[in-house]
Amino acid sequence: MKFEHPAGLNPIDRLTVVGRPVDRIDGPLKTTGTALYAHERHDVAPNQAYGVVVGAAIARGRVETIDVRAARAAPGVLAVVTTLDVPRLGRGRMNYAYLFGGAEIQHYHQAIAVVVAETFEQARAAAALIRADYTPEQGRFDLAAEAGHAPLHGDGDEPVHRVGDFETAFAAAPVTLDRTYTTPDQSHVMIEPHATVAVWDGDRLTLWTSNQMIAWSKKAVADILGMPAEKVRVVSPYVGGGFGGKLFVRADAVLAALGAKAAGRPVRVALTRPLVINNTTHRPATIQRIRIGAERDGRITAIAHESTSGNLPDGSPETAVAQTKLLYAGAARMIAMRLARLDLPEGNAMRAPGEAPGMMALEIAIDEMAEALGLDPVEFRIRNDTQVDPAHPGRPFSYRDLVGCLRLGAERFGWSARDPKPASVRDGRWLIGLGVAAGFRNNLLTKSSARVELDRHGVVTVSTDMTDIGTGSYTIIAQTAAEMLGVGLEKVVVRLGDSDFPASAGSGGQWGANNATAGVYAACVRLRDAVARKLGLNATDIDFADGEVMSGDRRVPLGEAAGEGLSAEDGIEYGSLAKDYQQSTFAGHFVEVAVDAHTGETRLRRMLAVCSAGRILNPKSARSQVIGAMTMGAGAALMEKLSVDTRRGFFVNHDLAGYEVPVHADIPHQEVIFLDEADPISSPMKAKGVGELGLCGVGAAIANAIYNATGVRVRDYPITLDTYLDRLPRPA
Amino acid sequence: MKPFTYERPTTPAAAAAAVTRRPDAKFIAGGTNLLDLMKLQIETPGHLVDVQDLRLDTIEATDDGGLRIGARVTNTALASDPRVRRDYGVLARAILAGASGQLRNKATTAGNLLQRTRCPYFYDTYQPCNKRQPGSGCAAIGGYGRPLAVIGGSDACIATHPSDMAVALRLLDARVETVTADGTTRAIPIADFHRLPGDTPHVETALARGELITAVTLPKPLGGTHVYRKVRDRASYAFALVSVAAVIRPDGTGRVALGGVAPKPWRAEAAEAELPSGAKAVADALLAGARPTADNAFKLPLVERTIAAAISDARE
Ligand SMILES: Cc1cc2nc3c(=O)[nH]c(=O)nc-3n(C[C@H](O)[C@H](O)[C@H](O)COP(=O)(O)OP(=O)(O)OC[C@H]3O[C@@H](n4cnc5c(N)ncnc54)[C@H](O)[C@@H]3O)c2cc1C
Ligand code: SF4
Repeated sequence: MKFEHPAGLNPIDRLTVVGRPVDRIDGPLKTTGTALYAHERHDVAPNQAYGVVVGAAIARGRVETIDVRAARAAPGVLAVVTTLDVPRLGRGRMNYAYLFGGAEIQHYHQAIAVVVAETFEQARAAAALIRADYTPEQGRFDLAAEAGHAPLHGDGDEPVHRVGDFETAFAAAPVTLDRTYTTPDQSHVMIEPHATVAVWDGDRLTLWTSNQMIAWSKKAVADILGMPAEKVRVVSPYVGGGFGGKLFVRADAVLAALGAKAAGRPVRVALTRPLVINNTTHRPATIQRIRIGAERDGRITAIAHESTSGNLPDGSPETAVAQTKLLYAGAARMIAMRLARLDLPEGNAMRAPGEAPGMMALEIAIDEMAEALGLDPVEFRIRNDTQVDPAHPGRPFSYRDLVGCLRLGAERFGWSARDPKPASVRDGRWLIGLGVAAGFRNNLLTKSSARVELDRHGVVTVSTDMTDIGTGSYTIIAQTAAEMLGVGLEKVVVRLGDSDFPASAGSGGQWGANNATAGVYAACVRLRDAVARKLGLNATDIDFADGEVMSGDRRVPLGEAAGEGLSAEDGIEYGSLAKDYQQSTFAGHFVEVAVDAHTGETRLRRMLAVCSAGRILNPKSARSQVIGAMTMGAGAALMEKLSVDTRRGFFVNHDLAGYEVPVHADIPHQEVIFLDEADPISSPMKAKGVGELGLCGVGAAIANAIYNATGVRVRDYPITLDTYLDRLPRPA
Repeated sequence: MKPFTYERPTTPAAAAAAVTRRPDAKFIAGGTNLLDLMKLQIETPGHLVDVQDLRLDTIEATDDGGLRIGARVTNTALASDPRVRRDYGVLARAILAGASGQLRNKATTAGNLLQRTRCPYFYDTYQPCNKRQPGSGCAAIGGYGRPLAVIGGSDACIATHPSDMAVALRLLDARVETVTADGTTRAIPIADFHRLPGDTPHVETALARGELITAVTLPKPLGGTHVYRKVRDRASYAFALVSVAAVIRPDGTGRVALGGVAPKPWRAEAAEAELPSGAKAVADALLAGARPTADNAFKLPLVERTIAAAISDARE
């Protein structure tokens, strides 16, 4: 189905199942431990052995020799494969680091060997016996040191994006700001590390793995291992979190496959936490300069956002400037990125790539600017709202109610009680502050397919390679099929995450919910047609409800209509609507913090997000996405940072004791409000993504609240107490 | 983890003898630290001697009005003992500020005292570390030093001792009771129990090989207001950037000990005389001669501020 015109009325608009806060249908499996994750797939093949990955001990250079004699001789060892045993393997299309093969070491903990043994303990003990000799080379690891000579990089677009004459407008503006902000490297540290069970059957390979993008990964496995894609099957029905870290095939999958081939047995491999951090991908650090010029009435006349990040050769920049093209009005604009060459592990997508760190900077700058103008920061944002793409005024937003988010949020949060003068509210030892920030994340459209089958009991089975990474995909897909075919959820079976199923949008970029359900919608339309044809009815005047097909006075139970079974496959594809309209999602984030007047420790007291994100397919799972994202935003604002050893070239705090993420005690009452809306331009579902929106802006709202509490402006994340203790006045 | 053998003797002297007999043997209590280190091959004992059947799990009153805490009393049991909560509040608070409920259920008094540093380089066996591998060098010096010591370190090692409980024990002048294979017992003042690294950072305590901790004793209660302030990057489940244990008497005198700043719980009796003059004077005296790194120099003002917070908590 080609989606080329804004959606009209369709069966989803009934909202009898879609739009309801139904529980996750996979919930009982997960709470009872019966949803099996990759490393638990004892059931898929007998006689599995265990592989343990050995990472490189240097950050850059060559591995000259790898002594595996002791490891091979260790108890239980079945096979050892080293990077010197194979030529350099291929890479995934969107990856920059090589996962295995050859002598070159591009980054710390790059895989140099896998040891396969009968038990995990044996494999781990043998892996510790491997001795490698290296010739190290001097690498570059310090973004700040490299930033000065980093070249421009447009990431596929023009390297410098200009509208009007920024320099002149900025020079002429009566009120200006010119500040630099930094965000650190961050790790996904999803609870389930990367893990794979690899099974060879002749020249066919099946990977039971943990992955967000099945179709991409099937192709990538074929490219990396140099085999035809038809011979590869990737299965990933449950994923214990990904956040972008599982968009790609990683060393667990590749080394499970190579280990299994060498051992002649199915092999399972999981990455350890240090390998998750230094062997896989991370969100790159940024240095962002923002300049804003405004008239005294608060209208922005000039805005520039420049960001520098680093990556391996061939790598791409963190697109931290993306939102600044679109979020606020302003006639003169300049946007640019620079990319430094670094020899750290590969920088790549992490939840809301670009916007998450970009909004952390931009929305402090907006707060600073509001203060300089003597305007309330909510009002300042409202004054600079735009309903069109500022670079192309003929291109409107498909739907945008940022103003509504900010207004309602201000009202619900009690914003008017905020004292704009910083450091004026005290509660015992605590300094209290309120902060606000806008949230912004684009809505991405990408094709997605599904198969829908109807059996003679009226049971509807949906199959698609879509993944559920803890987000609720199973449930919203079931809701979509139930709505389209007029059955209860108990009549719907959803099968996900298998490359044998039709290719979907996958989970990433908050595009999963809207596109994957739209693909299911398309397949259901086709199934409805098949039912109509079978019954000799006209597809345009039949209705599906209460488990029956209805036309005029005729009512046929669905199961009966199915006969021996009906099956339909289709997908959604998009026309030019994404070009004609800018599609984005919006939020107002409000936060109250308490800062210890003595020690500078920050504790969150309240958080509110009001979201404008199209139709909400399931308010319960959507809320859970947003509060999870707000929690991640709190981590980004207050504690998450990969600490780089700039001499040795690696992330030092490579476990969960050193890389701190929020715990329950850090997270206060969180409230989420979804504006009641539908966006007919996004898809027949009229929905958009929310999974990343909840993260974008939260960090800045916290930073702004800390400023309001203390009077200290911190422009470097995370805002740990040592970033500003020297500026925090001592309590009397 | 390397393969190991395991035994569970029933008397303290037998346990001490079992470890003394084999140079590669170690005691194991809750295992919450040792097993993690074994998985990473930072510790590689070939034989484990479990202390759980030694009947060292009671808390008893001593003749001089104090308490004797068995070496295997769990952190949970110790922090919830009514006598501890009443008379040694700083100890209960310090313990509850550490780790998590599950860990404290397993962690023991002796194990907690003997837990090893959280220096991140110590945990990465690719990195040189004099503590893990004597003579290999110290990757932390000149590297990522934010969590590390500002005082008491050496050119060989700047790791901190991570225990919260030990800071309170230092404040309370606890003594560590031990037994050796031949049945000899001794009581080591807590001040002498942990050692500074000097040239031998791998030698962390005054214990001889095979010497078993049987108990920790507390002298009779001090009175005063007990405070434990632990400053960290998140609200719970994190090691201290800096911690302050204090007992403050109504007249403003008292005691102060620090965690998170040194290779051992940090206390200087002379500094305590400065308490009536305020936090800055105490901090200056406690941290005289500090040698912070660029990224942990913040601990110096933070200590002062946290002492001020503790004094102000005590007044409330
Ligand atoms: C995730 C995590 C977070 C933590 N957070 C904190 C924190 O915030 N604050 C804090 O203070 N601690 C923290 N800890 C550390 C925790 O307190 C220690 O792991 C625990 O106290 C160790 O006690 P155990 O009985 O398990 O010791 P074990 O691991 O069994 O042993 C530790 C050492 O003591 C030796 N030993 C044990 N008993 C005896 C004995 N009777 N005589 C002689 N030697 C003995 C062992 O040989 C071993 O070397 C944390 C630990 C973890 C894993
Ligand atoms: S500070 Fe001590 S523990 Fe850390 S690397 Fe240096 S020697 Fe090892």
